[in-house]
Amino acid sequence: MMENLTKEKSLTSIIDTSSEFQFNGVKSTASDMKIRMETKNLTVMYGKSTGIKDVSIPIYDNKVTALIGPSGCGKTTFLRALNRMHDMTRIAKVTGEVLLDNKNIYDEDVNPVIIRRKIGMVFQKPTPFPTMSIYDNVVAGLKLVGIRKKSLLQDVCEKALTQAALFDEVKDRLNDSGVSLSGGQQQRLSIARALAVEPEVLLMDEPTSSLDPQATTRIEELIHTLKNDVTIIIITHNMQQAARVSDKTAFFYVGDLVEMGDTRNIFTKPKEKKTEEYLTGRFG
Amino acid sequence: MRKAIDEFLKDLENDLLKMSGMVTEAIQQSITALKEKDLELAKEVRQNDQKINDIRLNIEEKCINIIATQQPVASDLRKIIAILNIITELERIGDYASGTAKITQKLGNGELVKPLIDIPRMAELAIDMVERSIAAYAKEDEKAARLINSQDDDIDELYHQVLRELISIMIEDPRTITRATYLIWVAHNLERTGDRVTNICERIIYLITGDMIEKL
Ligand SMILES: Nc1ncnc2c1ncn2[C@@H]1O[C@H](COP(=O)(O)OP(=O)(O)OP(=O)(O)O)[C@@H](O)[C@H]1O
Ligand SMILES: [Mg+2]
Repeated sequence: MMENLTKEKSLTSIIDTSSEFQFNGVKSTASDMKIRMETKNLTVMYGKSTGIKDVSIPIYDNKVTALIGPSGCGKTTFLRALNRMHDMTRIAKVTGEVLLDNKNIYDEDVNPVIIRRKIGMVFQKPTPFPTMSIYDNVVAGLKLVGIRKKSLLQDVCEKALTQAALFDEVKDRLNDSGVSLSGGQQQRLSIARALAVEPEVLLMDEPTSSLDPQATTRIEELIHTLKNDVTIIIITHNMQQAARVSDKTAFFYVGDLVEMGDTRNIFTKPKEKKTEEYLTGRFG
Repeated sequence: MRKAIDEFLKDLENDLLKMSGMVTEAIQQSITALKEKDLELAKEVRQNDQKINDIRLNIEEKCINIIATQQPVASDLRKIIAILNIITELERIGDYASGTAKITQKLGNGELVKPLIDIPRMAELAIDMVERSIAAYAKEDEKAARLINSQDDDIDELYHQVLRELISIMIEDPRTITRATYLIWVAHNLERTGDRVTNICERIIYLITGDMIEKL
């Protein structure tokens, strides 16, 4: 009981819930921000060592949440816990809760495959399926759930590749192997594959770290457009990118959530000294 | 790059100190010129105002350069925004001093309608306020920034005193109206200077706390 109380207290102090922002002169308040996902005391252990500890944050619907923090602080660990990717890592042990629409995705009766279809993921390194063509890479997820209608698959493929800013470059070679593409193109292919199944939540782990500025801009624009339909959580080491694309920012440091709040507040007047030091490059 | 930003900021701080030194000197010289009917000095104050404008543009350009190349955030960003606002206030204060010098030129060698006592006292207070505000900026001293504002009340009080006195002189002897009005303008310039310093202090508090405040 005592422990719960202190936890709650610390939660309100690190998460800025006073969010109230102005858009085109229209004042909107936290009340029209719906919580889509929520973590409660989420802890991930790798054997005896800690990946993240006791992270409790809300993820708002149709908002972009950026996760920032130095290398090894647990960003990827946190992200992977959000769609049960740790299920496949034997030494990883997840405790606490991850709620999607108020239902804990770690409950016994939840099928992780369905969860991963709803909550898509784009990895830091491109992950094309090596034996498949570009086209098959994009529609692989759809075929997996039994969609066979060719015209539908083609439409989805074109739409997803266009969204991922790759269509023009590959439209004449859709039957070439996915691995024949350059690194940056492969990354955009991975993004297209994730989009093709129309996820409700999209987890992106440094999605533009291997892209040139032009492709990066297009992915950022994509994120901006997508958030009308999809809730996005993005890890980035590019602070300017976090500032540009996200509505909410969470700062992690050695496995702890230090601070979460409106991006514009985090980047102009962070509450925590650690956040300030990290953002201004005063670390170490 | 932390090192680059630190160097830029240090450089900006030096420029700001230099600019505030130029501005306080302008206030001092404008009042001396008035008191001693030193038209040469008045001319110099007006010429120096151009230099104040130049250094302001130079600082502004440096700020734009830092924003473009270093993408400052958090306290770095607030510092640059604070500087951009402070230099605007300082430039205006310089304009007031220049305005006073212009009045001195207009008065020429004619007699002043009253001995200057309160006006130099206002100038002293104004100079002190500018200097202390810039020191509060350099030390990021929120308490000092808040304290400086009480000095503004002293300037306001002196202003009203001068005003009352000059109005009664004009009523007694309407021939003094033109020359007395000039002195009212001088006092008004100093009163406005105090207001500008309170704006500077608001910016310093923003820099330190991140809070925008309307009126201290
Ligand atoms: N599979 C694993 N087995 C053991 N330890 C792991 C594993 N994955 C991550 N870790 C450890 O957990 C901690 C957090 O790692 P994580 O990959 O989440 O960091 P990160 O914030 O994503 O870093 P980066 O910015 O470098 O990607 C690190 O100390 C890391 O070594
Ligand atoms: Mg990572």
